[in-house]
Amino acid sequence: MMTSPEIEAKLRKFLAKYFRKHELQTDEDMFALGFVNSLFAMQLVMFLEKEFGIRIETKDLDLENFRSINNIIKLIETKLITV
Amino acid sequence: MKTIGVIGAGVMGMGVAQNLAQAGYQVILVDIATEILTQARKEIYNQIRLQALFQKNKAAVLDPDSIIAQINFTTDYQQLKTAEYIIENATEKWEIKAKIYQTIDQICHPDCIFAVNTSCISITKIASLTKRPTKVIGTHYMNPVPMKTTVETIRGFHTSDATIETTKQLLATMGKECILVNDYPGFVSNRISHLFMNEAAFVVQDQVASAQEVDDIFKQCYGHKMGPLETADLIGLDTVVNSLEVLYESYQDPKFRCCPLLRKMVDAGLLGVKSGEGFYTY
Repeated sequence: MMTSPEIEAKLRKFLAKYFRKHELQTDEDMFALGFVNSLFAMQLVMFLEKEFGIRIETKDLDLENFRSINNIIKLIETKLITV
Repeated sequence: MKTIGVIGAGVMGMGVAQNLAQAGYQVILVDIATEILTQARKEIYNQIRLQALFQKNKAAVLDPDSIIAQINFTTDYQQLKTAEYIIENATEKWEIKAKIYQTIDQICHPDCIFAVNTSCISITKIASLTKRPTKVIGTHYMNPVPMKTTVETIRGFHTSDATIETTKQLLATMGKECILVNDYPGFVSNRISHLFMNEAAFVVQDQVASAQEVDDIFKQCYGHKMGPLETADLIGLDTVVNSLEVLYESYQDPKFRCCPLLRKMVDAGLLGVKSGEGFYTY
């Protein structure tokens, strides 16, 4: 079972490509920063499904779930438990 | 119109097919290789599914399976017999496009309109390959197709008002408006944007500023969404060089001479997003 720090590390590696000079806080709203757009949101979902082997359902496809590192980790952990 | 043919299942073709299917049309998506079509099906499915991210009302979310069912993925050009309108998005190479138009001119109904999705090639020249020059029009879509609301539409020398009107109406059903321009190499978009990107490359070559600084000036001082060099990376530096060559060849004007730095980067395999590195790393 993957730990929170492990999930966070994998996630930060992916996010580093988009937030080049910015050190993202775990509760920071990524979309409000203006670095990323709607295309990023789609690429993020595809990355999460591939990297963690989870399936994100239509009901989960709410931008709220992907707004911050904390929110994303929460979603991934929920999915990993049910798998 | 009910059935629209889309030629080419690359980035643009997939977007056009998805947009049309979402607008309720039956789509015939043609490409030369089954692998490309298989990949396109997967990609379109995901694009439709993920649109739910941007919809507050989850009940209005589109069902990817029913939309995909409207698209006929095929390598058989003969299937375009039933198409009432064709949108062609094959590679930006004259020889490839020429072959396609000669083929579809034989297969398609005489009333079928051919819309050329090109960034550089002359609509008038394409029309001359067919027996229906009044029914040939240029429609330069932007990427990503389903999200962009405006299409640069090009009137070839013989393009009729009726063809333009039908195109306008089709685009409206796709949620798009058109800006109609005349047929000269590069039209408006590419003719000006490539001068812009090329000069930005020269500024980096002359060591006036770094790529990041150049892009930041346009984003922060002028409010551009993306800087010229990020845009070049996104388009693909090989594509940018190719387009500059077409413009240079067409106008015989030195202002379109390609920046040597761009050529050097392409020679070194630095093509931008598609190769993982260009002016930036991906």
